[in-house]
Amino acid sequence: MTNRKSVNRRQFNTVLAAGSALAALSPFGIARAQGAKLRIGVLLPRSGVQAQIGQSCQKGADIAPGILKELLGVDIELMNADTESNTDVARTRAERLIQEGANVLVGAFDSGQTAAIAQVAEQRGVPFVINVAAAPQITEQGYKFVFRNFPTAIDLTRNGLALIGDLFQATRTVPRTAVFMHVNDTFGQAMNRGISAILPGLTQLPFRIVETVSYDPAAKDLTIEVSKAKAANADFLLLVSRLNDAVILRREMVKQRWNPMAVISPGSPGMYEEQFYKSLGKLSDYCISNVPWYNPKAALTRTVETAFKKRFPKDQMMFHALNVGCTFEAILIAADSYKRARSTDPKTLADAIRQTNITSRMILGGSIKFNAKGQVEGILSACIQNLNQKPTVVLPANAAEARPVFPVPGYKA
Amino acid sequence: MPLDLVVNVVIAGVLTGLVYGLMALGLSVIFGVVRVVNFAHGEMMTIAMYATVVLFAELRLDPFLAVVPVALAFFVFGYALQASLINRFITRPEHTQFMLLLAVAIVFVNALLMIFGPDARNVQVDYQLESFAVGPILFDKARLYAAGCAVAGSAALFAFFRFSRTGTAIRACADNNLGAKVVGLDVKHLYAFTFGLGSACVAVAGCMMILLVEVTPVLGPGYTLLAFVIVIVGGLGSMPGALLGGVLIGVSEALGGLFFAPSAKSMFSFALLILVLLFRPQGLFGRKR
Repeated sequence: MTNRKSVNRRQFNTVLAAGSALAALSPFGIARAQGAKLRIGVLLPRSGVQAQIGQSCQKGADIAPGILKELLGVDIELMNADTESNTDVARTRAERLIQEGANVLVGAFDSGQTAAIAQVAEQRGVPFVINVAAAPQITEQGYKFVFRNFPTAIDLTRNGLALIGDLFQATRTVPRTAVFMHVNDTFGQAMNRGISAILPGLTQLPFRIVETVSYDPAAKDLTIEVSKAKAANADFLLLVSRLNDAVILRREMVKQRWNPMAVISPGSPGMYEEQFYKSLGKLSDYCISNVPWYNPKAALTRTVETAFKKRFPKDQMMFHALNVGCTFEAILIAADSYKRARSTDPKTLADAIRQTNITSRMILGGSIKFNAKGQVEGILSACIQNLNQKPTVVLPANAAEARPVFPVPGYKA
Repeated sequence: MPLDLVVNVVIAGVLTGLVYGLMALGLSVIFGVVRVVNFAHGEMMTIAMYATVVLFAELRLDPFLAVVPVALAFFVFGYALQASLINRFITRPEHTQFMLLLAVAIVFVNALLMIFGPDARNVQVDYQLESFAVGPILFDKARLYAAGCAVAGSAALFAFFRFSRTGTAIRACADNNLGAKVVGLDVKHLYAFTFGLGSACVAVAGCMMILLVEVTPVLGPGYTLLAFVIVIVGGLGSMPGALLGGVLIGVSEALGGLFFAPSAKSMFSFALLILVLLFRPQGLFGRKR
């Protein structure tokens, strides 16, 4: 026997009217009231040539929901996607995350992949908060939904070169020549253009670049590149690298018995990453990277570090500093905007992101505020030197944990 | 440009090219006899590189000592693969053979990703960062030893085909398949034996290659393509052609990188391939059919 309750015409019309009203209101975000979760699509290169850095960034994303629930009372659902270190994959994964309901996108470490995701985010009208990517053109296109909390290649270069000047002063050393090696991808080329534009104007820097050698970031062997750079007989090596190539390059320098005064990065990843120390051991020491870094004294850094230790007891945050800090801050920006917007409507969220003013942050620099282009200004770099196989702040002097070593000792010292 | 720089770069190109040559030799041997193009060749070398990494990590076995167990294991694996799977496709159209081996390659890559993850791995032997110096000329120790091993491996393979009864029988199969069957040779067994030999060859190349580059699961397709370029330049099915093709590719990439842009060095190996296809389609050491 069945006791089926039929729906009469009036009830049907009432349900239909309620449904229509809900559907009509939803594009304006009225029906997307807070209480639901903020769905953040995290796009990172967790496999392929940038896998190690992508996985390092992912750690910053993984700890964010717990911390931000406590700090802001916001519920976050992460939707993780692997870009496979590939621009086309990054584009399709971004499309898919949006189709699956991501309210905000975060990522993607690499400039080429980030530029591809930015196009998708702009076309689909979904906010995209960039964690790490320096190519200036990303925020020069007039995009309304793309926001970057990371310096452009120009700012990165300017900060990095200024710190090189400080390093020479602090160590009272005057190198006259440099050989410049850089990866031949979107980021490397942006840095190359930045250096070419800025260096000639910095008359206080005593050196000139005598040779430039570009190389494939996926190169498996850098014998020729290093031979060519060594033959320039320059005082030091100015390097814009990624991670795997930085390891290969350092090994090749040892094989070819090339001992320049130092290897200095004006603002690129590679030489402060955990894998660099693991792969090279003592040979990782004395390399210098002038990059954005976390402020160890900031209250937020301590909160993040505690959560990091709890979640990843075998890891030390210092080996993931920039990656964790920048990715965490990107998710913080999204969560803070959601809290203020009280809606997951993309346009409302984007407007809220534009109004961001976060004063308590991890990364060195002023408060997080976006300019009209969607770019945060005033992010600082620190001079990080590998000492005893650990990244150590050696400049600026007020944040230094040790004195800089320059010129560096030979490999066998 | 300083002469010592050019000499150093050429030496590096020759030494790397010899290891490339040994890798391509496996492909050439298999094609020369079985007439199957192994699209999983680079992936097989990647597996050999991982096997060497595991033996080094677990038993501290130097890659030069790991050559013996890895090559033996690959011989058995190659024999089994041919006997159980590829032999069934010998008489089928070529495109089905291609698809089969492409599928095998994809399975290999994904299996490696599942087992080892995407991280790059290597071995850290004492001599890896050392070099011999003769005046301004430097010989990278690992590269020199690897090239020596590649030459020894190739010589052993030449000797096997030239002087052993099984080698002679395999050559008979390659020259006249029907005739070999008529005189009572077990052709399917000889095919499997040849695939095993080609696999052992690529295994030795993998053991050497891990001294020169780090391994990731996605490394394979690039090396499959490189092996094809080498055997086409040297002559498909020609053993000396594969070895010399490897050296030619190694040196052309090295000099191309030195005199033009290093990031565009692989362009030169493909340019060489186009020239060979235009003016000597059978390859530098290949026979016209």
